Amino acid sequence: MSRTDTTTGAPDSVGAAAAAQAVAAAGADAYPRIVATLIRLTGDWALAEDCAQEALAVALERWPGDGVPGNPGGWLLTVARNRAIDVLRRTAVERRKLHELAVLAPDDAWPETPAGRDVVDDRLRLIFTCCHPALAIEARVALTLRTVCGVPTADIARLLLVSESTMTRRLTRARTRIAQAGIPYRVPSGPALAERLPGVLAVLYLLFTRGYAVDGEPAFADEAVRLARLLEVLMPEQSEVAALLALLLFQHSRRDARRDAAGDLLTLERQDRARWDHAAIAEGQAALARVRDDGPYAWQARIAACHATAPSADDTDWPTIARAYDALADIRASPVVALNRAVAHGYAYGPYAGLGVLDAAQAGGGLDGNPLAVAVRADLVARQGDRPRAAALFREAAAAVDSAAERSALLDRADELIP
Amino acid sequence: MKFMMFVCTDTAPDTDPTELPDIHKWVAENDSRGRRLTGNVLAPTSAATMVRVRDGELLVSEGPFAETTEVIVGFDLLDCADLDEAIEVARTHPMAREGRLELRPYADLSA
Repeated sequence: MSRTDTTTGAPDSVGAAAAAQAVAAAGADAYPRIVATLIRLTGDWALAEDCAQEALAVALERWPGDGVPGNPGGWLLTVARNRAIDVLRRTAVERRKLHELAVLAPDDAWPETPAGRDVVDDRLRLIFTCCHPALAIEARVALTLRTVCGVPTADIARLLLVSESTMTRRLTRARTRIAQAGIPYRVPSGPALAERLPGVLAVLYLLFTRGYAVDGEPAFADEAVRLARLLEVLMPEQSEVAALLALLLFQHSRRDARRDAAGDLLTLERQDRARWDHAAIAEGQAALARVRDDGPYAWQARIAACHATAPSADDTDWPTIARAYDALADIRASPVVALNRAVAHGYAYGPYAGLGVLDAAQAGGGLDGNPLAVAVRADLVARQGDRPRAAALFREAAAAVDSAAERSALLDRADELIP
Repeated sequence: MKFMMFVCTDTAPDTDPTELPDIHKWVAENDSRGRRLTGNVLAPTSAATMVRVRDGELLVSEGPFAETTEVIVGFDLLDCADLDEAIEVARTHPMAREGRLELRPYADLSA
C-alpha cells in the first residue's frame, strides 16, 4: 500500500517541488494511518485531523531544506503526535490520553509491513465510521475521501464541485456530528454488519466512479480499488464485497485503453483490447469466482466480466449480458440500468428489440434530457439503417454532454454516418 | 451515553402486516439490561399546558395544538454505549414501525 520510496540514504536538501511531491506521496499513505492512530488514542476526530494536517504543513516547510527523512510516515506521525500532546496539555484534558500518546513510539507504531492487523483494523474502523448511515451521503463521501484516503480538502472540493471553504465547513460539521450524535469508532458486528455494508460499498463505488469519470481524478479510482481489496481481505464471508472488487477491477482494467493517441475517448468496441490490464482482469475473475450470492454488485460484476473476457467486441456474449440486466432491473431498477438493458437487448436481439426496451424505459420520464439515452437511440437507429436520423441524434446528444472528450466521440460517430 | 428517545407519531406508518413487537417485553428487556432508565406514555396534547415568563409576568395557556399530525406521544431515557446501541434499542420499539423515534443525546457540557 505504501507509495513512498524510503530507500534513499542520508537526507539531502531537495527542491521545493520535489519536497512537495514527497509530502504528497507520503501524506497519501500516512495521513489515514496517523488520523486513525490519533483517533484511537484520543477519541477526538477534529484533533486527529488537525494534527495530521499540521504535520504535512511542517513537512512542506522543512523537507526542502532538511531533505526527505528516511521514514517519512514515522516522521509525520511524530510531528502529529507531538502537536496533539501540545494541544491536549493546553486544554488540560484527561491524563490517560496524554500518557498513551507519550508512550506511542512512532518507529514501533509504523511497521515496515503496513498490512499489519492493527493498521488494517484501524482503516476499517475509519471506513465504517465515515460511512455511518447517520451521516448524510455527501458527508460520507467527503469524509471517506478526506479521512480514509487522505485526499486534501481542496481536491475534494474541486472534485465535488463546491468551494474549498464550503467543503471545510462540511467536513467540520461531519466530525462534530460524529462526536455529538455518538457515532461509534467501531466496525459493527453480527446482523448490523450486513445492514451497514451496502452503505459502505455504495460510498466506495461512488468514489470509484468519480475517479473513473472521463474528467475525474484517476487516483480516486485507484484508492477505491485498494479499499475494496482491503475490505475483501477483512470480510471474506461477504459475497457482495468480492463482487464489488471484481466489478471495479474489470472497469479499471480499461483505464489506459479508453483514449486514443489524441486523448479522445474510445467506446468499448473501438478500444485496443491488448491494452487492457489483463492482470486486473484475472484478479477480477478470481474475485468473481468467490461471489456466491445474487446481489446487485454480483450481477454488475458478471456483466463487466462478459465484456472484459470477450476476445473482440463482435464476440461479446450479449444474450448473457441482456439476461443479467433483466435480473439487475428486477432487484435494483434505475434509469441507468434501464438504459444499459436497452443497449444489451439491442446487441443480443437486434436494434428493434433494443428500441422496444428503450421506449419502455423512457416512458417513465426518468431519462428525460439524458444525453446518453439520445446516444443509445442514435446507435440503435444507425443499426436499423437510418443514417441521417442517427447522425442528427448523435449531434443532439453531443450538444448536451458536459465532457469535451465525450462530445468529440459523439461527433465522430455522426461524421462517420454522414461524411 | 444518555439519549432522550422521543416517541412520535408519523404520517406514513409501516404497512407490514406482521405483528408488532410487544411494548411490555421491550420495556422488560431493556430495563433488565440497564439500557432504559425510565420512560412513559404522555397524555394527549389536549392535556398540555404552556408556561412562559415575560417581563416578570407569568403566562399560562393551553396547548400547543399546532402540527397535530406528528406529535410526541411518549419518551424513554436510554443509557447506551453509543449511537449504534441506541439504534438497536430503538428499532425493536413498536413505534419504530407505527410512528418514528428521535434519538437526542445529552449535550456534552464539558466541551
